[in-house]
Amino acid sequence: MNWLLDLTPDEWNAVRLSIKVATVAMLASLPPGILIALLLARGQFWGKTLLNGLVHLPLILPPVVTGYLLLLTFGRRGPAGAFLAEHLGIVFSFRWTGAALACGVMGFPLMVRAIRLSIEAVDRKMEAAAGTLGANPLWVFATITLPLILPGLIAGAILAFAKAMGEFGATITFVSNIPNETQTLPSAIYTFTQVPGGDEGALRLTLISIVISMAALVASEVLARRVGRRMDIE
Amino acid sequence: MSVLVDIGHRLGGFAIDARFESAGRLTALFGPSGSGKTTLINMIAGLIRPDKGRIAVDGRVLADTGAGIFVPKHKRRIGMVFQDARLFPHMSVAGNLHYGRWFTPPAERYADIDAVVDLLGIGPLMNRRPAKLSGGEKQRVAIGRALLASPRLLLMDEPLASLDEVRKAEILPYIERLRDETKIPIVYVSHSVAEVARLASDVVMLAQGNVIASGPTEAVMQRLDLLPAEERGEGGAVLDTRVLRHDETFGMTVLGSAAGEIRVPRLAMTTGAAVRIRIRARDVMIATEHPAGLSALNILPGTITAISPGEGPAVEVGIDCNGAIVLARITEQSRQALKLHLGGKVFAVVKTVSFDRANTGAGLPAEADG
Repeated sequence: MNWLLDLTPDEWNAVRLSIKVATVAMLASLPPGILIALLLARGQFWGKTLLNGLVHLPLILPPVVTGYLLLLTFGRRGPAGAFLAEHLGIVFSFRWTGAALACGVMGFPLMVRAIRLSIEAVDRKMEAAAGTLGANPLWVFATITLPLILPGLIAGAILAFAKAMGEFGATITFVSNIPNETQTLPSAIYTFTQVPGGDEGALRLTLISIVISMAALVASEVLARRVGRRMDIE
Repeated sequence: MSVLVDIGHRLGGFAIDARFESAGRLTALFGPSGSGKTTLINMIAGLIRPDKGRIAVDGRVLADTGAGIFVPKHKRRIGMVFQDARLFPHMSVAGNLHYGRWFTPPAERYADIDAVVDLLGIGPLMNRRPAKLSGGEKQRVAIGRALLASPRLLLMDEPLASLDEVRKAEILPYIERLRDETKIPIVYVSHSVAEVARLASDVVMLAQGNVIASGPTEAVMQRLDLLPAEERGEGGAVLDTRVLRHDETFGMTVLGSAAGEIRVPRLAMTTGAAVRIRIRARDVMIATEHPAGLSALNILPGTITAISPGEGPAVEVGIDCNGAIVLARITEQSRQALKLHLGGKVFAVVKTVSFDRANTGAGLPAEADG
């Protein structure tokens, strides 16, 4: 068993980086994810189908294409990338932040789908009742809608996290494969498989990958069940 | 306190054109399903925006399409009790109760939590979750939740319709207490004659989106011809009486009314308490002479003031018993055999056992009458 836990510093970095990237990607996509899910579930506006298609694009495009589009848009010379670097000092290209952006974009459709479904399942009569008790629409959302969609929110967040842990194509295309900066677990595994004698390292990281993903899944189950029991919905 | 509604609204192929004004303690919007009463109450609450017209509560205009006024529901301070309770599933009973209080400006909070909990008997439920409550308990918590938002007006949308008879009987006394012990005016939607006759001080009767009658309960309830067909058998006179004494030997209570003494099964009320009774027209017999050798205990002398055709072979006869109108439904054959005519002196005969829990309830306190 010793060889399994005896990771080299570079391997540890890959594990830490992956968790950091996936966590940031998940947390940063939550607010826009909720907003877009709300718009799609309840909004009636021109271009709704277009927005829906746009959100789902990363799910159907080859990841390399998504990564390349990100590079064109958020790269140093890309329109958004140049603007952000100049005005806000945020640089994505070849940084771990870029990896987080790529992972966030790839997981976004999964997150929005899960949240949207839970919003559509909310009994709007509950919200009307809260309104008659004096709560304005913002308070209704914060005290009624949000708690009622919590299970869907957790599911969506965990899906996005798991997707980010496994994201490879878009990340490597957008921010390359730089140890300690953009080399996440999948990239590190890929690198091991490309060098002679890398089998052991690849296997170690693969097992760690499996453990992290399983842990995330179990955590989401436990959380969702606890929330469900609180509400007696089950 | 007054509620003024004057609206025109179109919902698909269904048109509502209703106007009424009421200053009663408990105003019932009464009519068969599909008569527009729930739509009207939703408009008062601000859940539906009327196509045109005005809604005002206590002189405060809540909606006026002409002036472009529409006060959103969270600013109306009108409590609503829904048929399906709609308790928030993610909060305890206590959380539900406190919800509205939190949004009420401190200066306008008049509801006292202990008094409301006591009034509704929901103290033991405080830490429970809504999913663990019975239908009747849910409805009582829903009433408490609406009351604790310190509303200017309480709307109740068929709060008993989804409950069985036992649960209904459990909640009715709480609604009576609400009507008699709090100062909040109530607008109550119902399609049941029994509930309306027992609870309402005033009735607005609706049919196909129009107001067909409105006024004090005793007066409106006499219009048997206006009742929905499936409720016609429940129609009859509504009398406000007082407990004179209890007859413990035979387990009866003697009520005093304008029409005379009326004996009903023993009521759990103190002497002097106000009792409202409903005498179903189909439970009343008519005699032209004071009957002898008859088991019925209530024999009320009076004068015939109205004879109108009823359904099928029946006619409806209105008898003025010293100011109280008692309605009787008899066959046309009997009417002819007895030669009943307007102004004729007769006796209305009612069996004591025809009174049950559905047609005896706490009466309105005298000061709130009319």
